Amino acid sequence: MFFPISNSEINPLYLVVVGFLIGILGGFFGVGGSFIAGPALRLMGVDWNYAVGTDLAHIVGKSIVAARKHRTLGNVDLKLGLLMAIGTIGGAEAGAQAIQALKRAGNVNTVVSWVAIFVYFSISVFMLWESRKTLKLHKGSSRQLLSDTKAAESKADHSAFGPVTKRIQGIRIWPMVSLPTSGIQEISLWTILLVALIGGFFSGFLGGGAGYIRMPSMVYVLGIPTHLAVGTDLFEIVISASYGTFTHAIKGNVDILIALVMHTGAVIGAQIGVVATQYFAGPKIRLAFVPLPLIGVAIVLYTLLTGHKL
Amino acid sequence: MKKDSATSLRVFAIELAIYAVLVTVYFFLVLHLLGNWLYRLETQHRIIYAVVAILLIAGQAVLLDALTTLLFRILRRWR
Repeated sequence: MFFPISNSEINPLYLVVVGFLIGILGGFFGVGGSFIAGPALRLMGVDWNYAVGTDLAHIVGKSIVAARKHRTLGNVDLKLGLLMAIGTIGGAEAGAQAIQALKRAGNVNTVVSWVAIFVYFSISVFMLWESRKTLKLHKGSSRQLLSDTKAAESKADHSAFGPVTKRIQGIRIWPMVSLPTSGIQEISLWTILLVALIGGFFSGFLGGGAGYIRMPSMVYVLGIPTHLAVGTDLFEIVISASYGTFTHAIKGNVDILIALVMHTGAVIGAQIGVVATQYFAGPKIRLAFVPLPLIGVAIVLYTLLTGHKL
Repeated sequence: MKKDSATSLRVFAIELAIYAVLVTVYFFLVLHLLGNWLYRLETQHRIIYAVVAILLIAGQAVLLDALTTLLFRILRRWR
């Protein structure tokens, strides 16, 4: 099928399947999936600028569907999502400025690649350690959660990193906000904004929505239960990806027809992913998350070692 | 409990099937009715194109989701 806007010929079935797979990941883990979608479009000969912009456009639609579904399951903290959107947009701009500075210095590719490898790998190792330790500590209760759907529906969560999270929540820098939906009585607004700013920075610096950084940060730093972190992250992605789509479309980087085909598969996958979260306890979702950043590491290492851009 | 889970999964599967049909129809309608117009818009009026692009993708998500729920309710009442 010929897509005139990006001047590319792609099998629509391929786009639907890619969208479907990314949709499942998005619904289940609360990530945009740009680390797969970008290279997948590039593989079909779509120019890199169109791959980035079109990917963002399809993420908007998929995240709307997944966030709506998560909301019906009580997994979205709207107040937290809106606060985080402010920090994310600011951080994304800072990340883009850092890229511009590295471009001027002439070493953007090497620095970004090594930062990406370090960040992705660290997240995977940390989450592997934490989720395994938590599952070991709460073996009985975790099994009970899985065997009882009603119990799994309660958003109670455990983390081996819990004591550190409690100490972070105890930092009292005015203004303090309460997040009743997430079960947090009081937390400094600055802690929330800082987490969002860091997530946004990596979104602007490494590309994509940076859900692979924001979702774990919400769990470990802010102490948000995993199911709520996934849903709220998706809600936040709707805002930040819409902003990204708009700016990329103005610059001529969005093929909306490709995005609509990908979206056809993505919305189906996203709904399946969202429903699947109901059958897994928080630490199991976090353990299953571990390979995702490693896929990012593999892609970056491949481009770094071979010089080919996927 | 198992029966409840099976029923809710079946309901979800039917809802998903209706939704899959609607999103596919939506795409072909957009392609057939707006394909050339979108191409011209992208080359001549980028800001309008950016707004239309977001509306089209959000519309596919929100409107079709609402339509699916409505159709599903009608189907249940009909049965």
